[in-house]
Amino acid sequence: MTESLESSPLTPVPGTTGQTGTVVRSTVLKRLFKNPLGILAIVILLAISLLAIFADVLAPFEENFANISKTLAAPDAVNILGTDSSGRDVWSRLLFGARLTLLSALLCAAVAIAIGLPAGLIAGYYAGKFEAVSNWVVSILMSLPGLIVLLTIRAAFGPSVWIAMIAFGVLISPSYFRLTRSAVQSVRNELYVDAARVSGLSDPRIITRHIFSVVRAPIIIQTAAIAGVAIAIQSGLEFLGLGDPAKATWGVMLSEGFKNVYLTPTLLFWPAFAMALTIGALVLLGNAIRDALEDGEKIKHRRKPAVKGTTTAPAAAAKRSARKTPAAVDAGTEHHLVKVTNLGVGYPQADGSLKKVVDDVSFHVDRGEILGIVGESGSGKSQTAFSILGLLPDTARIVAGSIQFDGNYTVAPGEELVSQERLSRLRGRRISYIPQEPMSNLDPAFTIGYQLVTPMVRVLGISKAEATKRAMKLLSDVGITYPDRTFKAYPHEVSGGMAQRVLIAGAISCEPDLIIADEPTTALDVTVQADVLDLIRDLQRSLGVGVILVTHNFGVVADLCDRVVVMQNGRLVEEGAVRDILRQPKELYTQTLLASMLEGKTPMSMLVSSQKEPVS
Amino acid sequence: MSTTENAPLLQVDNLVVEYPSKRFRAKPFRALTDITISIGRGETLGLVGESGSGKTTLGRAVLGLAPVTGGRILFEGQDISHATRRQRRTLSRDLQVVFQDPYTSLNPALEIGDILAEPLGVQGMEQSKAKTRVKELLDQVGLPSDALHRLPREFSGGQRQRVAIARALALSPKLIVCDEPVSALDLSTQARVLDLFLQIQQDTGVSYLFVSHDLDVVRHISHRVAVMYHGEIVEQGPAELITRDPEHPYTQRLLLASPVPDPDRQEQRRADRHRLLEIQRQQHEQADALA
Amino acid sequence: MIRFILKRLGSGLVVLFAVSVLTFFLLYISSGSIARNILGDQATPEQLAVKEAELGLDQPIVTRYFKWLTDALGGNLGASWFSSEPVANALATRIPVTMTMVFSAMILIAIVATLIGVAAAVKRGWVDRVVQIGAIIGDSIPGFVIGIILVTVLAIQLGLFPATSTISPGEPPSAWVLSLTLPVIALLINGVTGGAQQIRSAVIKQLERDYVRTLRSRGISEREVLFKHVLRSSAPAGLTVLSLQLIGMLGGVVIIEQIFALPGMGPLAVAATSQSDQPVVMGVVMYTVAVVILVNLVVDLLNGWLNPKVRAS
Repeated sequence: MTESLESSPLTPVPGTTGQTGTVVRSTVLKRLFKNPLGILAIVILLAISLLAIFADVLAPFEENFANISKTLAAPDAVNILGTDSSGRDVWSRLLFGARLTLLSALLCAAVAIAIGLPAGLIAGYYAGKFEAVSNWVVSILMSLPGLIVLLTIRAAFGPSVWIAMIAFGVLISPSYFRLTRSAVQSVRNELYVDAARVSGLSDPRIITRHIFSVVRAPIIIQTAAIAGVAIAIQSGLEFLGLGDPAKATWGVMLSEGFKNVYLTPTLLFWPAFAMALTIGALVLLGNAIRDALEDGEKIKHRRKPAVKGTTTAPAAAAKRSARKTPAAVDAGTEHHLVKVTNLGVGYPQADGSLKKVVDDVSFHVDRGEILGIVGESGSGKSQTAFSILGLLPDTARIVAGSIQFDGNYTVAPGEELVSQERLSRLRGRRISYIPQEPMSNLDPAFTIGYQLVTPMVRVLGISKAEATKRAMKLLSDVGITYPDRTFKAYPHEVSGGMAQRVLIAGAISCEPDLIIADEPTTALDVTVQADVLDLIRDLQRSLGVGVILVTHNFGVVADLCDRVVVMQNGRLVEEGAVRDILRQPKELYTQTLLASMLEGKTPMSMLVSSQKEPVS
Repeated sequence: MSTTENAPLLQVDNLVVEYPSKRFRAKPFRALTDITISIGRGETLGLVGESGSGKTTLGRAVLGLAPVTGGRILFEGQDISHATRRQRRTLSRDLQVVFQDPYTSLNPALEIGDILAEPLGVQGMEQSKAKTRVKELLDQVGLPSDALHRLPREFSGGQRQRVAIARALALSPKLIVCDEPVSALDLSTQARVLDLFLQIQQDTGVSYLFVSHDLDVVRHISHRVAVMYHGEIVEQGPAELITRDPEHPYTQRLLLASPVPDPDRQEQRRADRHRLLEIQRQQHEQADALA
Repeated sequence: MIRFILKRLGSGLVVLFAVSVLTFFLLYISSGSIARNILGDQATPEQLAVKEAELGLDQPIVTRYFKWLTDALGGNLGASWFSSEPVANALATRIPVTMTMVFSAMILIAIVATLIGVAAAVKRGWVDRVVQIGAIIGDSIPGFVIGIILVTVLAIQLGLFPATSTISPGEPPSAWVLSLTLPVIALLINGVTGGAQQIRSAVIKQLERDYVRTLRSRGISEREVLFKHVLRSSAPAGLTVLSLQLIGMLGGVVIIEQIFALPGMGPLAVAATSQSDQPVVMGVVMYTVAVVILVNLVVDLLNGWLNPKVRAS
């Protein structure tokens, strides 16, 4: 038995379950070098840097050497890219321009980092007055239109590229400040930083050891972007003719080309191309680093996933049959409210393999019955529930089996996806859902009343006024004391227990036949949990609705369920009446789980004989 | 020295914790009111309460991670309510922590070996010695020695919590503050990690301040239990007494709210709970009528 | 609500004040040779002294600043030191040109970036890839270079658009539109690609939120989930980018106007700053910063309207 690393039941981390310890670690740098676009960007930037560094050697002419007798010449053996209106060599000027452009971009980024990074670290880590003051300075800097300020700076200090770039570095330093501050704020309260404080690590050590590593990569990505902007700004100033006329830059060359656009448009092409190439390489580099930072093993979106065990023929047949009405269900099974047969759910992986999260699971639920699906994290219990709702993530595939609801297939045998067309007619109307986390399952931007009324208007086709009346009744039915006040409230204005009651009210609002409750009390305090369990039991009895209750808690199972399905690692372990499963479990796994319960154990006794964490 | 021998390991007297309000001139938020607890050597004090009851804040105050506005915290007779970072560094040899979330309590960028060596390095231990100690620790918490050069994300939740426990044990502390250390774990993992806590206490005689929302967990691991509600301790005493036959109405509600894994006994408990709620409601009404 | 607006306007005024001080003192650095620049090399020291006294340059900088400030607060921005044209007049003739471009670009960016971003987030697959590639290309070419390319290809080579401005009072509106089309396109491309990427990632993030699944489970149609809930929650991210882009555009438009020879604020700003024409520079800077502050205020108000939690605090 393994615990998976899943943090949320619906986002399986690929390549982890059951593989603990065998995951190949690859560093960001390695992943960067695996990305062809990343390599391309690095090669381009390296080439341009080399050309710039060795411009003196590589350039056939001085940057301002003018051959007056050979102006606006076409490329030839001497001037490989031709000459400009003063007879200066375009290739040479391009090389010297590269040097100035790259240096100014570096200067700008260096100034911005030198100001923004430390300020952001201090403001993020210590907050307080320093943060308040820096925020104020930042808000001023960020409301200044950069170019206008640079024009003013130039008026004050003269046409120096370096002063302009230092000034622009100051102007753009808020971007580093904000980036650093928010990164630091996000880790400042991480428990591992607390643990370091408890160990007595000094603040500088905590910052360099635990916090700087978090900021490093975003800073590099930001620098790629900032360098691009700096190149654009610097060239723009030069283009306006506000730079040092004695220096060859791409901006000056553009301006020169633009003056001769009617005669030799190619003069425009080269500096524009150099600029786009450099900035483009920076953009690509930034993207590649970002991709490398995000999990390298991310599932790729594929239109046609290569699913093992599903040949193309049945898949194609399934597509055809999905358009028509699906086949009739097996005779004698129509009376089940829900019947899941040999269900398999999997996620196609980047390497073409398939990660199965549900494997060969069969069970049924009848009207008015409560079925519990019990299991630990990674058991596939939530995935099973969501395939009945048709709300699996886009990347999930039904790789085997079928699901029928009230005598009709929602997933017919051989179909790869849950038919949204069929299920959208059922969801809300006949099948409804109670989620685990009350707060995150309400849209924070809409009132509770709106979120109760709209589904009724859409699904039942009743008027808004009638839906409002029903919503009030529902709210009081789920035990809310002041329904009108809650109706008008926004989600953040109510407690977690109250929000869960609202979600239960929403689930029963359209009088469904089946409610799927995914760990409906796990996020609640024990005393609130007891109240919500009472509520679910009472409503289930009065409405006679079938319920699938997904939970990890045997106490909750004992409180509500008629029958129980036990799942482990995507497979069904055992199924039976609640008393049989809880009192005489047949399977070892169920026995182990029940033995782990603390209720009725001698305090301070060992619960498990083996001390080692089992390895699968 | 003789006075500290008899004094409890940790003594908290009339502790008050207040967080300054974000809004200008608004009243500060009072997280803890008048908390008095003590923990002896080799003893576990279980701290139970629901979210927002202040149980986590109490643990953090002991660790110096929450602002102490009133009262005292004594560790081995020494006042640590406002200890400096330097004092904390010395203190960290005796006072350690295991947090709730095994996913965020370990720096994802550091190897397990480095994480475990961190507290040793702060105390100035030589690298070769630290290496030996780290291997000992891995063995003590039941992790393979090849874990040294692996990253936290290569481990499951239970294994990570073992790493966090190993880090807390590194300096052989006298007290470990355990903040919900098993509530993020699966049932069977929880059982094994609880066993580990008990085993370590048997072997080393360490004391625990064990914070949990789960009365069953607290009953299982504690010698004494304190119940928190709205920032105050409403009841404390021997674990068996508090968790089986509580006096305070809130603890009574808490006890009967937790469901048992048998349908018929749970039905009984449910009925008991409804009866209790009814009685408490009537008492409340009588009190209101009198007032 | 009103308190919030007043508070933000108040802090906006403080920013405006700080910027005015900074700019004024920056210009002071180069004001030594102003009189000579105005009168030319032949001017005698006496003439220079008279001119300096006339411009108030003989007074201490602080006195000069407060003179400017009191005048400005009274609605008098002064007159250009070089052309003697009142600053208010100069701005009034140029603001319409510049702001027409900037705000039409803003509105187009908002619409186009949202459409592209949502399409990329929802359809994924090839649509997404095309958008991503387009974004890289868009990010790689600075706006003014796009402007140069547009002029060269569409106006000069193909003759589809006028290469330079035909804006003058007598022209019909269609000529206006035609001559502003290329500058606006040059101005908005970077904004569209940047904005679309932001909207895309915001929409993808929102689509993964728990409440979206719950809405679907309630029988709410995919279209309503997307346009009513997801788009609304993604809007703050888009608005923030848009306000940053506006600030960038107020600078970028200076170069665009130069390329298309448009009589906007750009040429005014370039000329005034190269001459250190203090009253004009102050006018231009104050005006642009005020626009930024107002737009930021509007963005904050919109964010508050979109997010009740922000509204509460």
